[in-house]
Amino acid sequence: MENKFTVRGLNLYYGDFQALKNINIDIPEHKVTALIGPSGCGKSTFLRTLDRMQDTVEGARVEGQILFDGEDIYRRDCDVIKLRKKVGMVFQSPNPFPKSIYENIVYGPRVHGITEKKKLDEIVERTLKEVALWDETKDRLNDSALGMSGGQQQRLCIARCLAVEPEVILMDEPTSALDPVATAKIEGLMHELSKKYTIVIVTHNMQQAGRISDQTAFFLLGELLEVNPTDKIFSDPDNIKTEEYISGRFG
Amino acid sequence: MELETQKFGTKRSESIRKQTKSKAFFGMIWVVAGITLAVLFLILGFVLVKGVPHITWTFLSQEPEMLGAEGGIFSVIVGTVAVTAMAVVIATPIGVAGAVYFNEYSKGGRVIKVIRFFTEVLAGIPSIIFGLFGFAFFVVYMNMGWSVLAGALTLTLMILPTIIRTTEESLKTVPMSYREGSLSLGATKWYTIKKVVLPCCWGGILTGVILGLGRAIGETAALMFTIGGSLNIPTSVFSSTRTMALHLYMLASEGISDEKTYATAALLIIIVLLINTSATRIGRKMTNGK
Repeated sequence: MENKFTVRGLNLYYGDFQALKNINIDIPEHKVTALIGPSGCGKSTFLRTLDRMQDTVEGARVEGQILFDGEDIYRRDCDVIKLRKKVGMVFQSPNPFPKSIYENIVYGPRVHGITEKKKLDEIVERTLKEVALWDETKDRLNDSALGMSGGQQQRLCIARCLAVEPEVILMDEPTSALDPVATAKIEGLMHELSKKYTIVIVTHNMQQAGRISDQTAFFLLGELLEVNPTDKIFSDPDNIKTEEYISGRFG
Repeated sequence: MELETQKFGTKRSESIRKQTKSKAFFGMIWVVAGITLAVLFLILGFVLVKGVPHITWTFLSQEPEMLGAEGGIFSVIVGTVAVTAMAVVIATPIGVAGAVYFNEYSKGGRVIKVIRFFTEVLAGIPSIIFGLFGFAFFVVYMNMGWSVLAGALTLTLMILPTIIRTTEESLKTVPMSYREGSLSLGATKWYTIKKVVLPCCWGGILTGVILGLGRAIGETAALMFTIGGSLNIPTSVFSSTRTMALHLYMLASEGISDEKTYATAALLIIIVLLINTSATRIGRKMTNGK
């Protein structure tokens, strides 16, 4: 099995505070990797180092190595734009732009130089079908995306992310702002997407991690305590802390 | 009633006292608000009643004669439009660019703090000082003479802080998540600002521009030493000219014509009201139109 990301000795500091301590993890291709742990444990921060969104945070400093398809993404001449085209991100609360549904999806392709109307139309149809939103929206593509429900907005954001044809999708608690029905839809969608894409998801929901992921990583206070196949983590974890967290004894 | 009193644990007399107190305060607020409104209507009414009857087609379309005692104020209207429009056209791009730099690019270093401090100071400087500076720098040192250009540049300096600040305020209302969404799709920072951030801000920027325009159109002191005050229609940016506010000042201070003074004042008020109402409307439309 190919590894999409190989992380070795990753440290991250905000000023004097060390938010990530010596992280080592492999993220396999076409699998779902779940990152779990209590709030403030560094899992979101870690997720954001994978597409270098952490660069936008003031005073953040990174040490160590993250290889994406064998290339170090923190080397000086790494093209962040190309990286982010291949590594998309879906955020905690749906963040569609205050534009039409159509404009939201073609935003990414336009960034990367696609201007032909026919091609853009194709992308809109393909991605909306991929997130099972096409039937609901095909007659109102020019309506504002802000008029959709939360769950629809989040699926639109996933479609927007798919529109630039990424290889990896990073998801930062994508269902925490949604109701159970919308959550179920997004989870079903993730299952479909994992056939084509590599997915890394941060979640606070143990059941969700159990349902959708192949591999689970447990973070605590900036350290990665355990990475194992999800079945093993939930039945027979190596680390006693992992067991305590999963069984709800702290966190 | 007795039951209720027991339920809430207060005596009836106390409750009545509280209600009376509340009513008294409410009444006071009404009186104060009434006074404010009365003053406003008094001023507006006074000027409009004395001025509006003299605003005729002749007044609007003819050039002034005998220093403004006779004829109209056509050339003054042209001068007003030229000076204020030019000031706004120069100040808007500079102000918006400055605000984008402060809010999106600078990391809040010491230099930025100093610059921001001076921008705020700039907003509080009396306009006569701008006039003095404009005279010394633009008119004399830059050799522009008394001209539309010198006046417009002086006004630019005056309205710049307003535009910068309102633009910054509206940039701050754009959620970080929009910027992150755009960056995560591989867009550059500039592309993000151009396509996502600024389009959310046009309403706010427009408000700033209108506020600046309002300040510019009513400005007298800053223009007294910089545009000369000629009553001829300006033919180039180097022509001397006169704005309505300045015309008003000269008519009144030299006792040239009571009638024309009030007519000019009334027209000025009407224009400012029109600008403000249309701006609010356009601003609202742009914000809703997202």
